[in-house]
Amino acid sequence: MDEIVDDTSRWSGMQFGLFSVSDITADPTTGRTPTEAERIRSTIAIAKHAEEVGLDVFALGEHHNPPFWSSSPTTTLGHIAGQTDSILLSTATTLITTNDPVKIAEDFATLQHVSGGRVDLMLGRGNTGPVYPWFGQDIRQGLPLAIEHYDLLHRLWREDVVDWEGQFRTPLQGFTSTPRPLDGVPPFVWHGSIRTPEVAEQAAYYGDGFFANNIFWPKEHFQRLIALYRQRYAHYGHGTPEQAIVGLGGQVFMRARSQDAVNEFRPYFDNAPVYGHGPSLEDFTEMTPLTVGSPQQVVDRYASMRDTFGDYQRQLFLLDHAGLPLKTVLEQLDILGGDVVPVLRKELAANRPTEVPDAPTHENLVRAAYGDGPARQARPNANRGDNLTAGPPYADAPSDSGGVAAAGVQDPAAGAAKPGSAFGAAATRKGI
Amino acid sequence: MAERRIAVVSAGLSNPSSTRMLADRLASATVAELRTRGIEATVDVFELRDVAHDITNNLLTGFPAPALETVVNAVVSADALIAVTPIFSTSYSGLFKSFIDVLDPDSLTGKPVLIGANAGTARHSLAIDYAIRPLFAYLHAEPVSTGVFAASADWGGAADSVAPLADRIARGARELADAVARRQPTAASDPFDPASYLGEGGSFGHLLGGLADE
Repeated sequence: MDEIVDDTSRWSGMQFGLFSVSDITADPTTGRTPTEAERIRSTIAIAKHAEEVGLDVFALGEHHNPPFWSSSPTTTLGHIAGQTDSILLSTATTLITTNDPVKIAEDFATLQHVSGGRVDLMLGRGNTGPVYPWFGQDIRQGLPLAIEHYDLLHRLWREDVVDWEGQFRTPLQGFTSTPRPLDGVPPFVWHGSIRTPEVAEQAAYYGDGFFANNIFWPKEHFQRLIALYRQRYAHYGHGTPEQAIVGLGGQVFMRARSQDAVNEFRPYFDNAPVYGHGPSLEDFTEMTPLTVGSPQQVVDRYASMRDTFGDYQRQLFLLDHAGLPLKTVLEQLDILGGDVVPVLRKELAANRPTEVPDAPTHENLVRAAYGDGPARQARPNANRGDNLTAGPPYADAPSDSGGVAAAGVQDPAAGAAKPGSAFGAAATRKGI
Repeated sequence: MAERRIAVVSAGLSNPSSTRMLADRLASATVAELRTRGIEATVDVFELRDVAHDITNNLLTGFPAPALETVVNAVVSADALIAVTPIFSTSYSGLFKSFIDVLDPDSLTGKPVLIGANAGTARHSLAIDYAIRPLFAYLHAEPVSTGVFAASADWGGAADSVAPLADRIARGARELADAVARRQPTAASDPFDPASYLGEGGSFGHLLGGLADE
């Protein structure tokens, strides 16, 4: 977008927000560990405050072991949706390997409806070994699981009646995932990855977004991963490499005076889960996007991300972890929303090429699918038994029931691509 | 014939170290042996001590800092590896094993390796065969049958006069040179090249298996 951003409270080109891991960690400066109830309430307060300070996205992780609490993200996000008006709710990540894709389809379509379209999701495989066997899976099959499960999820949101058979899940005959996606448009999907080129390939194949969770690793690695995704996005006919939809992670701690930020954050850094007791704060800030300092330092660091990765659509920050008290996190949000993001919006909007697509929202997905025409409103027929022999299950669906949305829905970046063909044979294939 | 690249990893802790002395001897003997076969080789020698902090940090964070990444890339892309460790408490040193642990488990598959080890006395010499060789077997590397062990005495007058260190070095180097000469030069493999993970000419449809008739 070349437009000047006069009102820096909103810019459709990019979304800025938080992603939260949901760790319950002792505050290393006091030794006190919050209760689960306290941390859950705090997270909800943080999400609401993120909206108040003008952020665009709040994303929540999924874990199935202590000291994390967020085992059921759509429950939490549904509550937050009811308490907010504008913030987009997402995940970081939803486990595509160990969750049933049918349940993901149902949960997120429901969340779309209750939130008025303020939802998308980021898929990940999960790296906690025991979670796989706890959910009846094998971590060695992580990638095949992610590929098969997503292919089913993709169909469940686009075809009213699905016949499906695969390696990992019980077959489906004449299955309809309800409710149908809001306005007939599935939630936008980001494929999150730290290291796996196949995930970049998967995101490119479907024309979905790619989120490089770069907060723990050096940028050179992610440059290659994102370059691969952009190149393959174009290869599969969704647009130019510059039109691919990219999200990045970030991690910041800010105070007006740089040295105050370093002094205050250091004990949290030194004892943090994941990287604590490892590299020094100084080394880690040099090698990863972690920036500890003044708001201006954060602006400078993150305004330069596009020089490394190209113009992108979503920037999420990790603020709420490692035992930081709620009060501190809310102060960080005030600084981020007040002094950092408005400046970043201005700087990143400047000189952004017009062909770079805006960040995905329900509204622009609906526009891409239907133009100015009316969006689909699914209206079930009377219960007709087996879902197979008596015509389509929805009154508004054409009789072949291949999916009203399937032919029309494209992400906004794929405007130039031909419907259907862009997704390859898998997407245009009708029920058996 | 294309020039080959030998990576040498020395896990000695002191400086100067007798581990490094052995490593250098093995490297120069291997280069000389390759030259007699008409093959030119370059050698990259790495002291793990120089990246010891990065190795620990990699274990904790999951990624190599730039200096360690350089070592890892040189090792996994080399035509052969000369791996030399002191024997501590019956086995390779902890630093040596930690370095091996940060490598991708598949990254040494098929790679010719010459194992060297050193310790205070020759009583530790079988550690090469019961401790170090199984490590490389597990990784599907291809260690040559001779491992070269140097006891402190091997560097002086009380050395083994029947099978002197120089002869054992020459034998190990000969075997490694043969293994390198038998193989094509290692082709650079880019994990971010679709051909690497999809196969040549592959498409994501192939990963989807029967779901896409492509």
